[in-house]
Amino acid sequence: MNGLGALLRRDLSLAYRQRAELMQPLLFFILVITLFPLGVGPEPNTLKMIGPGVIWVAAILSSLLGLERLFRDDFQDGSLEQLILSGVPLAAAALVKVFVHWLTSILPLIIISPLLALFLHLTEPMYWALVFTLLIGTPILSLIGAIAVGLTVGLNRGGVLLALLLLPVFIPLLIFATSAVESASMQLQYSGQLAIIGAMFLFSLALAPFAIAYALRVSQT
Amino acid sequence: MWKWLHPYAKTEKTYWLCQTLLPWFSVLGLVALITGAIWALAFSPADYQQGDSYRIFHIHVPSAILSKSLYMGMAIAAFVGLVWQVKTAFMSMMAIAAVGAVVTFVSLVTGSAWGKPMWGTWWEWDARMTSQLVLLFLFFGVMSLYKSFEDKQQASKAAGVMAIVGIINLPIIHYSVEWWNTLHQGATLMKLDKPSMPLEMLLPFFVSLVGWSSACGAIVLLRIQNEILRREMKRPWVIALAQQNVTQSNTATK
Repeated sequence: MNGLGALLRRDLSLAYRQRAELMQPLLFFILVITLFPLGVGPEPNTLKMIGPGVIWVAAILSSLLGLERLFRDDFQDGSLEQLILSGVPLAAAALVKVFVHWLTSILPLIIISPLLALFLHLTEPMYWALVFTLLIGTPILSLIGAIAVGLTVGLNRGGVLLALLLLPVFIPLLIFATSAVESASMQLQYSGQLAIIGAMFLFSLALAPFAIAYALRVSQT
Repeated sequence: MWKWLHPYAKTEKTYWLCQTLLPWFSVLGLVALITGAIWALAFSPADYQQGDSYRIFHIHVPSAILSKSLYMGMAIAAFVGLVWQVKTAFMSMMAIAAVGAVVTFVSLVTGSAWGKPMWGTWWEWDARMTSQLVLLFLFFGVMSLYKSFEDKQQASKAAGVMAIVGIINLPIIHYSVEWWNTLHQGATLMKLDKPSMPLEMLLPFFVSLVGWSSACGAIVLLRIQNEILRREMKRPWVIALAQQNVTQSNTATK
């Protein structure tokens, strides 16, 4: 437990000292969303229709950007190897790292989302549905994403490969999340979609840490 | 059963197993494909509604069925490889992956070609088509992950993990896409009700299904053999085999 606490503190302070790098996915997120009104035209109804999908796609893409650095520095300076050897259960350590990553590079996206909802003319119920789906859904991005990051950490050119591996896997999440927001826009219940996203979250929370640990061991050999 | 299966973790045994199975699969595949094609194209009756264009069914449906089975087979091979550390299982995983990708592609192309005369469009975001497209990307993901590693041992393990992540996701993708589609447009003209087919149409379909499966099996076997030879290039038995082939072809030319 002590080791995990130390790891948590270390990762948080590392993230704090690399604030500039953490800003990049956030800026990317805002920029991608800014492109859409310019691309499809500023008509409020169109924007409202595509808004939830656009925000979710942008969130997935910028989480991919942020994911790359999840294990990269630790792998390069050897501290990942030390972590594997340290006797701390690797799955738990991986979970801590994923949690810190979510906290530092995805939570800001959710915090900035009211602004984007204004950009895309989302109504208030739609906005709340969006925040709920992002809160439950983005941890899935981090958990599943970390498996692929663990597998590709040893490769120097991970970026595009990571997208190719992960985007097909994220499709169900995108579908359920945007349909929840869509239901909210029609004043319908969306607890069903939230429940499914929650189930996917719990499922990946239970299994992904072990897969991440295995992936890291494969990469380290 | 373990005693019976265990020798096949050795590459040499697997090579000879493939060698004995290969002629059976190839002959069966060839015969069934040819009879199936001739039967389906020339002798089975035309559909009362779709006319002759339904005949692409005999390529489209077997390839669609096989694409999913091949993914399943690949994931099982990956699982066996990861759990029991069987090298040959990884080799069959990668042998299946490329075949599966091609078959998935065939099913998409034939589906599109069938969709044009029937539905009036090359592509529709129909549930099955979308999940088939995603399946293709899953195959590509596994293959490109494998290719990006220098060390093949590591590559196999990484690709295996990805194949298993994919197989867990596949049903979720399938149902989510189906659900998404029904939400958007309900059952419109896309709803191709499974027609209760008469026997004259069903029989050639089964023949072509057998043909497709055996042909895929034969290609997979060949690819496993190739992979074994490539990886075990320096083993004495491979060298002996190569020398034997050289002397045989020499005597043949003489």
